[in-house]
Amino acid sequence: MTVMSAPMTFAVPSLCSPHAVSSGTPTDHAGAAACCLLEIDRVSLRFGGIKALNDVSFDIRSGEIRAIIGPNGAGKTSMLNCINGFYRPSSGHIVFEGVRRTHTRPSIAARGGIARTFQNVALFKGMTVLDNIMTGRALKIRSGILKQLIRFGPALSEEIEHRRKVEEIIEFLEIQAIRKTPVGKLPYGLQKRVELGRALAMEPRLLLLDEPMAGMNLEEKEDMSRFIVEVNRTYRTTITLIEHDIGVVMNLSDRIVVLDHGCKIADGTPAEIKSNQQVIEAYLGVGG
Amino acid sequence: MDEAGNADTFPKLLLHHVAVRAQRPAMREKRFGIWTTWTWEALAREVQALTLGLRASGVTAGQRVAVIGVNRSRLYWSITAVQCLGAIPVPLYPDSVADEMSYLLAHAGVVAAIVEDQEQVDKVLSVLAELPALRLVVYDDPRGMVDYDSGDRSLMSLEAVLARGQEASSAEGLGSAFVDLVARTDGAATSIILYTSGTTGRPKGTVILAGRAVRAARETVAADKLDENDEVLAYLPIAWGGDHYLNYAQGLVAGFCMSCPEEPETVAEDIVEIGPTFYFAPPSTLEGLLTRILIGMEDASRAKRWLFDTFMKVARRWGEPILNGTDGVPLHGRLLYRLGEALIYGPVKNVLGFSRIKVAYTAGEAIGPDLFAFYRSLGINLKQFYGQTEAFIYISAQPDGQIRSDTVGPAAPGVEIRIAESGEVQFRSPGQFVEYLNDPVRTQESMTPDGFVRTGDAGFFGADGHLRIIDRAKDVGRLADGTLFAPKYIENKLKFFPNIKEAVAFGADRGFVTVFININITAVGSWAERNGLSYASYQELAGLPQVYDIVLNHIRQVNRDLAAEPTMAGAEIARFVILHKELDADDGELTRTQKVRRAFVHEKYAGLISALYRGATECFVSTDVAFEDGRHGRIEATLRIADVNGEHRLRSIPAKTIVA
Repeated sequence: MTVMSAPMTFAVPSLCSPHAVSSGTPTDHAGAAACCLLEIDRVSLRFGGIKALNDVSFDIRSGEIRAIIGPNGAGKTSMLNCINGFYRPSSGHIVFEGVRRTHTRPSIAARGGIARTFQNVALFKGMTVLDNIMTGRALKIRSGILKQLIRFGPALSEEIEHRRKVEEIIEFLEIQAIRKTPVGKLPYGLQKRVELGRALAMEPRLLLLDEPMAGMNLEEKEDMSRFIVEVNRTYRTTITLIEHDIGVVMNLSDRIVVLDHGCKIADGTPAEIKSNQQVIEAYLGVGG
Repeated sequence: MDEAGNADTFPKLLLHHVAVRAQRPAMREKRFGIWTTWTWEALAREVQALTLGLRASGVTAGQRVAVIGVNRSRLYWSITAVQCLGAIPVPLYPDSVADEMSYLLAHAGVVAAIVEDQEQVDKVLSVLAELPALRLVVYDDPRGMVDYDSGDRSLMSLEAVLARGQEASSAEGLGSAFVDLVARTDGAATSIILYTSGTTGRPKGTVILAGRAVRAARETVAADKLDENDEVLAYLPIAWGGDHYLNYAQGLVAGFCMSCPEEPETVAEDIVEIGPTFYFAPPSTLEGLLTRILIGMEDASRAKRWLFDTFMKVARRWGEPILNGTDGVPLHGRLLYRLGEALIYGPVKNVLGFSRIKVAYTAGEAIGPDLFAFYRSLGINLKQFYGQTEAFIYISAQPDGQIRSDTVGPAAPGVEIRIAESGEVQFRSPGQFVEYLNDPVRTQESMTPDGFVRTGDAGFFGADGHLRIIDRAKDVGRLADGTLFAPKYIENKLKFFPNIKEAVAFGADRGFVTVFININITAVGSWAERNGLSYASYQELAGLPQVYDIVLNHIRQVNRDLAAEPTMAGAEIARFVILHKELDADDGELTRTQKVRRAFVHEKYAGLISALYRGATECFVSTDVAFEDGRHGRIEATLRIADVNGEHRLRSIPAKTIVA
């Protein structure tokens, strides 16, 4: 048998192949590590006398997976709610892509490229998986409602374009078999995946995931972790996630910020966090 | 029938179809929710690019190339492209574990592997050290494939190979470089090597010649009147001889269109959209579909259930005579059946994707008479054949109108069958294999001096000229008192009950017959739900005393049947146990085609078997299991052993799983 004469090449699959999901917003990844996508500057949030967030500052860099962890009631979800404009910080401000603001509305944040999933799945239970993910495209639809109704010319080609994008996401998340299934009939783990799909349909630059793996079994967690890493790599999407499974967080994240009772107590790489005395105390309740 | 010229290889047939029916559909695949269709012309262009791309990457005539993955259009193109080069495709099962795959890749001496995705790449790369001959790995799906390091071996995407081939064939249409390659393919050369799962020992590489393969496919295409208007859905493993013959070989001979499902999980929807006219399913799949329909009907409204039950009675009475074209079906029978077709049979067939079926086959295992009759009574022309990879593929088949559930039909066209002294079925067939690769000993064992192939199956011809298969010849034994004991025969009778998924019978050289039972979790689970019994796992369900009662009743029914048959009387089942886990290919208990590996089960459960014969009423077992993700664990349980003729009450015993 003759030895192959092929050069010993290592081919990188091209992004324009029909299998690859092309990124909607090309960002220069090489320079991304240093580039700051979002900055939280001394944000505080009060509900009456309760301080949910107390003077918290940290940043999220373009292209990274950033985890927010902390015990129950530490203010993690409140933080996400401030970022996407659901809550208005009592003081401090947030700089997103260089634009500084004290408050915003969720719809504006969404238009600006921030998508999120929720701790308790928030999907339209009676609608199919396909339609649910399609709703993620709502902000991108340009033609008017009348044109859409009669599926006329540009409206039709626009819908085809949106559907194509949704189908890419369906393939990406490996949910082809449940494309036409009403979401309410699906097991919890798959609903979480569909919710991720809907967030991806917005082609966000910043994706906020609120406990994406809550209530999942080991296999579902592994699947979800894989999708999160692939979203980050394939679409170059910056991801901020809240998660209680510390093993998952340590494996996935580039950097972690730790909140406790509304205050930031640590910020750093997984290795740094693991050895941080204050974090250990917060979690084990020593001296608390 | 079409004159496919005198083409004696599959690449030549491809070019023949380009000449005769360039714009007819040749292949379809669903991607991004839409069916993409390739005409024969478009297909040939893709194959051309792949052929030239592989040549440019160093694959040459005579070399062996592994093809590993599920039913993807590009993997089928790869098989053809490799054949165009005069090289030999070796399709392998994608669910083989790494060391199985390593053995096969080394045994076949493959120089290149064309694989589906990252999972297969990982598997191949993990055993690369043992495969010095393997120089090139090509993957279809680029997902997750960035940052791969394959050392000094070449790792490429199929996309890149195609691009390389397109460069080499700048001409529009088919270039002379490709056409010349195809013209050089030889009918006397090896067309493909198909590994058979092997119920004993290592898999055997069955070497099939191109000319013989084409000749065999011509026979059955003519017999079943298949032509360019037919459609198939290729959903069974591409490494399995059946898929290669029924879809690939017959498709290239008849010029019909083969469709690939979107994903293995979407076959049920894809088949409805495609509506195949030629269909194959093993009995277990047909069983699963029937169970799905019956469970669906249980949830339907009362009116619908009544309609279904009423018209299924009509179908049972008149369906088969109408399908067989028998005279003497009264007018009211025909009218009622017509009405049933509109109300029930048509919709049921549509839900299954069976509306357009012209010919359907089942094979591989005995099929239950009720199951067989169900499909036929709906008006589906379901038939049985008996085949082997070594015969490529038909040995016997039922012609239209001569259908019985307990036979596999007379000899297939062009096949000679004889029954040896020992009761073994032996054949000579047009597609017959030439040898097992690198295995002269087993090749010689499998053939008689006068050129017949030993099937290893025991069977006999009935007065109607139809062949009946009893069991593997070596498995047919005798009880200690000399009574004939055919384990498979007993197991099949048990498996005809929807509640029993698998059974393993013991009794050779023993005083009486005992069986292991695997329950069907879908059927029994649905029953448990309706009766308010709670269970958390297969183990728990299998251990319920009520489930033992159900199985006990089934076994008593089988015993009555056995007692009524002169040759089998005396081999009734005396004791049984319901296993705490499903027999599984990952644990080595089944072959990849879901057949029980008897010797292995014997050895693994030796303690349990001896408890069955000791007269014990329970037995502690601890078995290692492999989970789907490759982890290992252990299941421990104390199993209840029941006497078929005893009357004592059973109590449930908890079982537990330990993940190691």
